[in-house]
Amino acid sequence: MKRSPSAAKPASPNAATLSGAEAIVRFLKDSGVDTLFGYPGGQVIPLYDALYDSGIKHILARHEQGAIHAADGYARTSGRTGVVIATSGPGATNLVTGLANAHMDSVPLVAITGQVPTTSIGSDSFQEADIYGISIPITKYNYLVKNPADLLDILAEAFYIASSGRPGPVLVDVPKDVQTAQIPYGPPAEVSIPSYNPSPQPHKEEVEALAAALSRSLRPIFYVGGGAVTTESAPEILRLAEESDVAVVSSLLAKGTFPDDHPLSLGLPGMHGAKYSNLAINESDLVVGLGVRFDDRVVGDVRRFAPLARVAHVDIDPAEIGKRLSVDIPVSGDLKLVLKLLLKLVKAKKRPAWRERVVKLKEEHPFVIPAAKGAIKPQAAIRAISEVANGEAVVVTDVGQHQMWAAQLIAAKKPRRFLSSGGLGTMGYGLPAAIGATLADPGVPVVLVSGDGGFQMNIQELATIRQYDLPVKIVISNNGCLGMVRQWQEFFFQKRYSQTIFPYNPNFAEIGQVYGIPSRRIADPGEVQAAVRALLETPGPGLLDVLVEPEENVLPMIPAGKGQTDFFEN
Amino acid sequence: MKKIISILARNRPGVLSHVAGLVTRRGYNVESIAAGPTENHAITRITLVVTGDAKVLEQVTKQFRKLVDIIKVDIVPHSLALTGELALVTVSAPPEKRSEILNLVGVLGVKIKNVGEDSLTLFISGSARSVDAAVKALYPFEIKSMARTGLVALPLEKGEEEED
Ligand SMILES: Cc1ncc(C[n+]2csc(CCOP(=O)(O)OP(=O)(O)O)c2C)c(N)n1
Ligand SMILES: [Mg+2]
Repeated sequence: MKRSPSAAKPASPNAATLSGAEAIVRFLKDSGVDTLFGYPGGQVIPLYDALYDSGIKHILARHEQGAIHAADGYARTSGRTGVVIATSGPGATNLVTGLANAHMDSVPLVAITGQVPTTSIGSDSFQEADIYGISIPITKYNYLVKNPADLLDILAEAFYIASSGRPGPVLVDVPKDVQTAQIPYGPPAEVSIPSYNPSPQPHKEEVEALAAALSRSLRPIFYVGGGAVTTESAPEILRLAEESDVAVVSSLLAKGTFPDDHPLSLGLPGMHGAKYSNLAINESDLVVGLGVRFDDRVVGDVRRFAPLARVAHVDIDPAEIGKRLSVDIPVSGDLKLVLKLLLKLVKAKKRPAWRERVVKLKEEHPFVIPAAKGAIKPQAAIRAISEVANGEAVVVTDVGQHQMWAAQLIAAKKPRRFLSSGGLGTMGYGLPAAIGATLADPGVPVVLVSGDGGFQMNIQELATIRQYDLPVKIVISNNGCLGMVRQWQEFFFQKRYSQTIFPYNPNFAEIGQVYGIPSRRIADPGEVQAAVRALLETPGPGLLDVLVEPEENVLPMIPAGKGQTDFFEN
Repeated sequence: MKKIISILARNRPGVLSHVAGLVTRRGYNVESIAAGPTENHAITRITLVVTGDAKVLEQVTKQFRKLVDIIKVDIVPHSLALTGELALVTVSAPPEKRSEILNLVGVLGVKIKNVGEDSLTLFISGSARSVDAAVKALYPFEIKSMARTGLVALPLEKGEEEED
């Protein structure tokens, strides 16, 4: 099955001859891509020329970082591969954060960048940057197309690699002369990469070992991650958990895969997770990771994570198993296949004592929103969003305190309804990702929860919202500071608030108005509920600037590297 | 623990960058890396000598396997591989030392690649261990410059065994 991509495609007698740029567009159309995000420039003019009357919807962001985060939000919401285009040099380097973000969170993206002509590569030509070299560590795979005859095969491979197995971003760098070269267009050959086996079959013995451990366990917990979203395993997880009374904790990326309002749900574990979630893991005798990375923000001190439990780990990426934590029961393979096998092997068994314990832990340690003393509590605004949205909206967050409050307080009921930059923690992700979400699923309302800091990192995308009239509902938790960093400085650096307070911030409601987006600022706790409701219920885009208590802290908190129950008491 | 990792990879532009990049990115300790063609022009063999405990080595191999271009990754024990390395060493060889060095050359079985006015360049080949030993024996003479290829290894078919 060897296929040499360098061998020119045998042109069938009636194959059309197209320019490389036209072939890219034709390929995208033939592959069912109907939405692109991007920003033009000198080395992609041929590609944009081919797009001009192609009928593909192209969303013109106002910064390449906005374009790639939008493609990311589109991919996370729809489950389809997001596509972004940028020019060479600065256009390509502006994609770097978005690539790293998608790589960390395993989001399927294809980035197509223009490059200086092959004849100029390596000579420091105008707007030349080695994006191939730059992007090696932050992509799943990448290409520099040197030979026009390889172009179509490479595109087919790129989409296949991005979306198969553990998904990720793939970059295809296309020199201008490759875009203008004439090539025969035919449907690309079936992709076969002998060195790449995206979803190996699970080993039966491994699944049997897990089934046996699960059957014996008295206090089992599923720790669900983004892999459950990718493989659409929510129904299997729900069934297995309900049949066997397994409690479920969800990573930030999995939020909603298991309904937050389910009696067996223990929400988010880890640094800012629920106290009950961490306490339950601490008591559990079997923690089963399902498509999750055992991230350091969840695990903390590895020696003190789940001290009474055997740890099982199911993952499609064998390199994740045993990476941070030593695992007693490794299971490599596609999560959905493993769960289907498990459903056959595990006999339903009620565990009333454990179920009661889970319910009791939640009763004993609820999230309490402190009463407002003058200023609006940011948590109150976020809870109001949860109540009004009622699990129906896509909630997108930026990064910081508001993100953790959203993770704690938004009740998500379905997968792909909570988007957040998990692994990289990228400020500026939220606004463009929300743009992408509105395009993925136009019927579903999209609410952005942002901080005043992160909002200013891609604020230019307000123009994109206006231009395409995208119904993004923006809520800014405006504490006048870089809240999360300020919190660390308060707790661990004697309140020396070095460069975390904004003595000046623009009036975001006025900014919204200038961009033609109906906007409002509120400061009175009594206004929150009605203002959030009005925002969500008014069609079209809207912005609500909520002036909140500046020195509120995200609690509980387990300081970095500490043990599971080392809750920081302020 | 020093181990040989033998990798077969698709011979594509950039494959070595991907492999070498992974090594630095993940903070692994690599002593040498050598790459070259195999009997199949579409496949490259890359041999690495790495140090690390068993856990690190397991992670290294898993991370290599994950690279899209990597076909096969093996940790090969010395006893189950044919290994070899080349070195070019220029030692200072003033007239009064020359005969001593030439003596050593005979004992070590190395070749003389170049004879300079007051230096000799020696060509050493053999298993990693014999190259090490030869280089060490040359230490007492001033080594002016040296180039080593890094170890290459060919895992043995089952049944074959090499005494190293
Ligand atoms: C691009 C980027 N730069 C810096 C950081 C570090 N950082 C993490 S949270 C945070 C504060 C965010 O402030 P804001 O957006 O106002 O949200 P808040 O915490 O106040 O809710 C900072 C600076 C980051 N995560 N991303
Ligand atoms: Mg803030």
